[in-house]
Amino acid sequence: MIDIYNVYKSMKRDDIILSFKGDVTQDLLSSVYQIMESRLQNAEEDIKRKKKFYHILVECLQNVYHHMESLQHEKDKDEFDGTAIFIIGKAEAGGYLIVTGNYILKPNAIELGKKLEKINAMSAEELRTHYLETLSTTELSDKGGAGLGMIDIARKSGHKIEFAFNDVSDTYSFFSLAVTVK
Amino acid sequence: METLSIQQGIKTPHINFDASGVLEISGKSIPENSIDFYKPVYDWLDAYAQNPQAKTELKVQLEYFNTSSSKCLLDIFRKLEPLHANGKSAVTVNWLYEEDDEDIMEAGDDYKTIVKLPFVISKIEE
Repeated sequence: MIDIYNVYKSMKRDDIILSFKGDVTQDLLSSVYQIMESRLQNAEEDIKRKKKFYHILVECLQNVYHHMESLQHEKDKDEFDGTAIFIIGKAEAGGYLIVTGNYILKPNAIELGKKLEKINAMSAEELRTHYLETLSTTELSDKGGAGLGMIDIARKSGHKIEFAFNDVSDTYSFFSLAVTVK
Repeated sequence: METLSIQQGIKTPHINFDASGVLEISGKSIPENSIDFYKPVYDWLDAYAQNPQAKTELKVQLEYFNTSSSKCLLDIFRKLEPLHANGKSAVTVNWLYEEDDEDIMEAGDDYKTIVKLPFVISKIEE
């Protein structure tokens, strides 16, 4: 049996507000946004931080959604079961932490890692220029991704994006992303 | 030409594009697949561009929008640029932000930098 008491204690210790593992659908995201909006309505007095958090949350979760959508045809093949994970918690000093995890095809993982390293090395002004260049030159994919999400997350959060890739199989890596909103 | 009116959804904005030349987008725009949502807006603009009013005002009052929507907003501006450039219609973009909402204000500045249309960026009066 799962030791739910231990899970509870660890989530309590880490100040977790919401966690989810499963299929990331549009309806699920609508519910998560609504839950977080009403949670913050009462708990967060800083309107600027509330807006910033909400904005970054949307980008982080939609990033997971688009990764999952692009892998739907792979579902039930290999070890990939079509699910992802995300955790929203409180960070020290009154901020928030958003952590997501999803499968990604290995060639895409290498590309994404390079992109994130490039973004993390940029100053605020360079991020703005990079954002505007990407905005005006890239076409939206038919899935709705514009390649702008990570740049936007870095710009809005004002922090380096923490990320990691775990080797899963010959085909997949597991991509972890952590963003702090202060 | 008919008015394009779309009610606000959980993730999608209220749209009211009137053939009299007053076009409004308000609320939030965070759909996962924004192209699906904005397709009728593009179609309406393409039809409007055939025979536009002497003046066109696009009012954008969004509290949140995702990056996917930011691309669609740019495409809307791009559809209005030629009307303004060739003198078929004097286009103004009124970009509104709530007091203290620096992110939305900066987003307006971002567009102003890359779009060739007159932008008026102002705070919403209570």
